[in-house]
Amino acid sequence: MTSKVGTLYRGGEGMWTWVLHRVTGVAVFFFLFVHVLDTALVRVSPNSYDAVIATYKTPIVNLLEVGLVGAVLFHALNGLRIILIDFWSKGPRLQRQMTWVIAAIWFVVMIPGVYFMLKHTIQTIFGSAA
Amino acid sequence: MTAAVVVPETPVLVASDVTFKIRRFNPEVDSEPHYETYTLALYPTDRVLDALSRIKGEIDGSLTFRRSCGHGICGSDAMRINGRNRLACKTLVKDLDITKPISIEAIQGLPLEKDLVVDMEPFFAAYRSVLPFLIPDGHEPTKERIQSAEDRAKFDDGTKCILCACCTTSCPVYWTDDQYFGPAAIVAAHRFIFDSRDAAAERRLEILNEKEGVWRCRTTFNCTDACPRGIEITQAIAEVKKALIFRRV
Repeated sequence: MTSKVGTLYRGGEGMWTWVLHRVTGVAVFFFLFVHVLDTALVRVSPNSYDAVIATYKTPIVNLLEVGLVGAVLFHALNGLRIILIDFWSKGPRLQRQMTWVIAAIWFVVMIPGVYFMLKHTIQTIFGSAA
Repeated sequence: MTAAVVVPETPVLVASDVTFKIRRFNPEVDSEPHYETYTLALYPTDRVLDALSRIKGEIDGSLTFRRSCGHGICGSDAMRINGRNRLACKTLVKDLDITKPISIEAIQGLPLEKDLVVDMEPFFAAYRSVLPFLIPDGHEPTKERIQSAEDRAKFDDGTKCILCACCTTSCPVYWTDDQYFGPAAIVAAHRFIFDSRDAAAERRLEILNEKEGVWRCRTTFNCTDACPRGIEITQAIAEVKKALIFRRV
């Protein structure tokens, strides 16, 4: 299928964090685009604004919110890693280790984060245990 | 009593069948490159270059690739081996997973001429454009140009470059933007920018401050990983960036 380009380049942590940085960057940009539009709607028609916000209280949008937090968190942490690569003299040599550090921080923040973000949705769908 | 003579056991090398999946392209016949597979028996100590030479000599004489010294110094046989840029003469069969076919492709980002041969001219043009030679000022000294060991160490890494293009053609930015100078040219510039005997650092920094200069680097570290000479290329590029920001060499 990729006869023209050849096989995928098997890059390391640096290349794949760069790919993820771009993907999450574009995703966050599109979120901000939509976010500016829906917030601006309140000036046009408060009723339509309420209707739009109501659609956000659905399980699917809740999952998108989790994705958004994950994307912003990765983009922010990797941004710090890139700053250290550029400005800290030991940064380029420790870039691989820094990738694993930001991955660890990402999981430590996301695991409780996802729990609290999805708690309400799960209780709504499956009923609360209490 | 004489001590028991320990006869070191001679390691027995066993040849095993290795399959290569080589991306072939003949501009006189093909409109698109295609893959061809070849299987041959190789020892773990054989190099990929040995395999290519044997395929050319024994199986298919039309296979085209560059090689010169065969010992990792001339920089002729850079190619993409199992998805990573490597020198065929420095890649041993024992370091590859031979349970699967080994893929061999030309380096990417330079015009493909035939099979594993690319047109290196854009690569050398970028190299030439950073003035990769000593530009001293003042009168020519009657003796040698003195340099301390510390000053020499500042650019030591860059002197190891053999211009094989492994780094430049591993760079995702270079694949999509052939105007970018590329890692190898920046390493060559770095080698003279940080040379205490050189007086043209400002000129080179201005060249690399252009839109297609060091600021295109996205620190993917593919270049550092690909370099067969172990040059810390991304670090060198970062040092040039810092020299531009802080105007200090």
